[in-house]
Amino acid sequence: MSIMNFTKTVVKNLFSKPATRMYPQQPRNYPARTRGHIEIDIDSCIFCGMCSRKCPTGAITVTRPQRTWSIKRFSCIQCGYCVESCPKKCLSMHQTYTEPDGVKRTDTFAGPPQAAKPAAPKAGVPAAPKAEAPAAP
Amino acid sequence: MQNGEILTIQPEDLLSECLKRKEEGYRLVQISSVTTKESYELTYSFGKGYELSHLRIEAEPGAKIMSISHIYECAFLYENEIHDLFGVDIELITLDYHGNLYRIGQKAPYQKKEE
Amino acid sequence: MSTRSVVPFGPQHPVLPEPIHLDLVLEDEKVVEAIPSIGFIHRGLEKLVEKKDFNDYVFVAERICGICSFMHGMGYCESVEHIMNVELPPRARYLRTIWAEMSRIHSHTLWLGLLADAFGFDSLFMQTWRIREKILDMFEYTTGGRVIFSVNKIGGQRKDMDAEALKKLLAALDEIEKDLHSITKTFLNDSTVNTRLRGVGVMTKQQAHDFGAVGPFMRASGIGLDMRNLGYGAYPDLEFEPITSEEGDSYARTYVRIQEIFQSINLIRQAVAKIPDGEIAVPVKGFPKGEYFMRVEQPRGEAIYYVKANGTKFLDRMRVRTPTFANIPAMLEMLKGCQLADVPILILTIDPCISCTER
Repeated sequence: MSIMNFTKTVVKNLFSKPATRMYPQQPRNYPARTRGHIEIDIDSCIFCGMCSRKCPTGAITVTRPQRTWSIKRFSCIQCGYCVESCPKKCLSMHQTYTEPDGVKRTDTFAGPPQAAKPAAPKAGVPAAPKAEAPAAP
Repeated sequence: MQNGEILTIQPEDLLSECLKRKEEGYRLVQISSVTTKESYELTYSFGKGYELSHLRIEAEPGAKIMSISHIYECAFLYENEIHDLFGVDIELITLDYHGNLYRIGQKAPYQKKEE
Repeated sequence: MSTRSVVPFGPQHPVLPEPIHLDLVLEDEKVVEAIPSIGFIHRGLEKLVEKKDFNDYVFVAERICGICSFMHGMGYCESVEHIMNVELPPRARYLRTIWAEMSRIHSHTLWLGLLADAFGFDSLFMQTWRIREKILDMFEYTTGGRVIFSVNKIGGQRKDMDAEALKKLLAALDEIEKDLHSITKTFLNDSTVNTRLRGVGVMTKQQAHDFGAVGPFMRASGIGLDMRNLGYGAYPDLEFEPITSEEGDSYARTYVRIQEIFQSINLIRQAVAKIPDGEIAVPVKGFPKGEYFMRVEQPRGEAIYYVKANGTKFLDRMRVRTPTFANIPAMLEMLKGCQLADVPILILTIDPCISCTER
C-alpha cells in the first residue's frame, strides 16, 4: 500500500494542455456516420408515405394531395429507419444536431406542383404523352 | 439448454415444488406473468449452474396464490410487481407493499380487460 | 438498550446516478435493516409491445437504459430470432460480439469513475472518464451515436465495420489499455482507497447463492458463472474464463470489474482477428409464434428476456428481468451490519441501473 501512486498522473497533467475543447468557439468535427438530423431532396420525393409509416415515433407526416412533407424536429430520434425505407432514396442523414429551441418546431417542405396528367383511364387512350412525369430514377 | 423445460403444475403444488428445488440447490431466477385469454399464467424460473427450468401455474382472476418468499427470500420484489401490474392476489409476502411498489395512476394496467 | 432511528436515503443523493429510495433502520450508526422503495422511473415500456410492430420495438427496447442499451436491443433481437428460427450470418454474430464487448468496457469504466467520485477522489474520477471518452469516440465513428447505437435489427445488423474501422478500433484499444494500467494501480494499491474498500460489505458464497445475486457481484463472492458461456453471438469461437475472487468485499468487486475490462479488450482483439466476411443481415418474413427465454450477460449481470408471440405483428408479452432487479434483495442483506457512512459505497458496488429495473 502506498500513497504516492497518483503523483505521476498529477504531474503529467500539470504540464500538458487541457483535455477539453473550447466549444463553441472551436467547432466539433463529427465523424461521417454521426446521426444528426434528416434532410430531404424534395424534388425526387414521390409522396408514397413509406417513411411516415416506418417512423417509430410518428415524427414524419406526408400529405399526398397537397404534396408536402413535414417532420417534427424534436420528435425525431435519429434512428435512420426512414432513410433505409425510402424507395427513391431522397432522404439522407446529416451530422449536425438540431439546435435547442424554445418551441418544438416542425419543418415542412412543399414539393413542386405535379404536371397535369391526362384524365383518361389506363386501358383506354394511351396516345397522349405524359408531360414531365415526376423525376424518375 | 437455453430455453429450459416448462412444467405446468397446479397452484396447490407450488410450495412443495419450490421446496424440492431449493433442496436440490436451484436458485430463483425470475417470476413473470402473462395475461392470456382465460387467466393469468405465472412462470417461475429456477437455475442451477447454466441450466434453466420453469414451473408454470394458471391463476384464475380472483384466485389467491401462496407466496414463495419464505422459501426464496428474493421473491418478494417479483411478487409485489405482479400484484401491482396484474392485480393477482398473492398472500403472505414477507415484505408486502400492498400495491404501492410502483407509483402508477391506473390500478393493475396489464389486467385482463372485460370484453 | 440502544435507540433505533429511521433515516431516509435517496431518492436524490449525490452518489446515486438514478433515483432509488431506502429507509435505513439504524441502531447508533450501524444499519440493522433496509427497506427499498422503487418506482420513480417506471415508464411502462413493456406495455408498448401491444401497440408497436415487433420490428419497430427494437428502438424502444434499446432505450430502456442508456448504458446497457446495446445489450437490450441485442437480447430482444436474439429472442425473436430464436422464435422465428432465423439463422444469423456469421459476420453479424461477430459484429454483435464486438459491439457488446465495447459496451462492457464503457460500462465498467463509467462505474469506476462513479466509484472514485463516491469516495471523494474527484481527480481519479475525471481521469477514468477521460478514458471513457475514447470509447465513446469509437462508438460514434462506427455506429453514429455515442450512447444509443440503433444498429440492431431482427435478422442482423444495419451497419457494417470495414477493415479500416477495425484497425482504428484496435489502435484505440491499445491506447486505452496503456492508460488503464496507470489508473488501475491507483485503484488497487492506494492506501486511502484500500481503507474505504477492504472488508466493507462482505457477502459470503452461500448468501450470494440464496439471495439470487448475479453478475460481478456474484463472481466476487466465488461463484464462477458467466452467461457468455451459453453460446450466443461469437462467444463459442473465443476463449475466456470467468473472473472470480474469493473475498466477497467491495475490493473484490472492484478487482473483478477491472479484470473484466482487460478481458474484454482481449476478446475484441480475438474477434477482430477471426471475423469472417459476408453479409450482415438476412431478410425476415412473416410473424413470430411461440415463446422463448433468452439469457444475456450484460455488464451488470445476467439479464433474461422472455418473449411470447401469437402470430400477429404485435407481441403478446415482452419481459426483461434485469440484473439490478435480482441484485437488490442481495444488496439489502449486505447492508445489514455496516456503518451509515459506508452505505453509499455499498449501493454503488452492485452497479445499480435503476432505469433498467423499472422499465
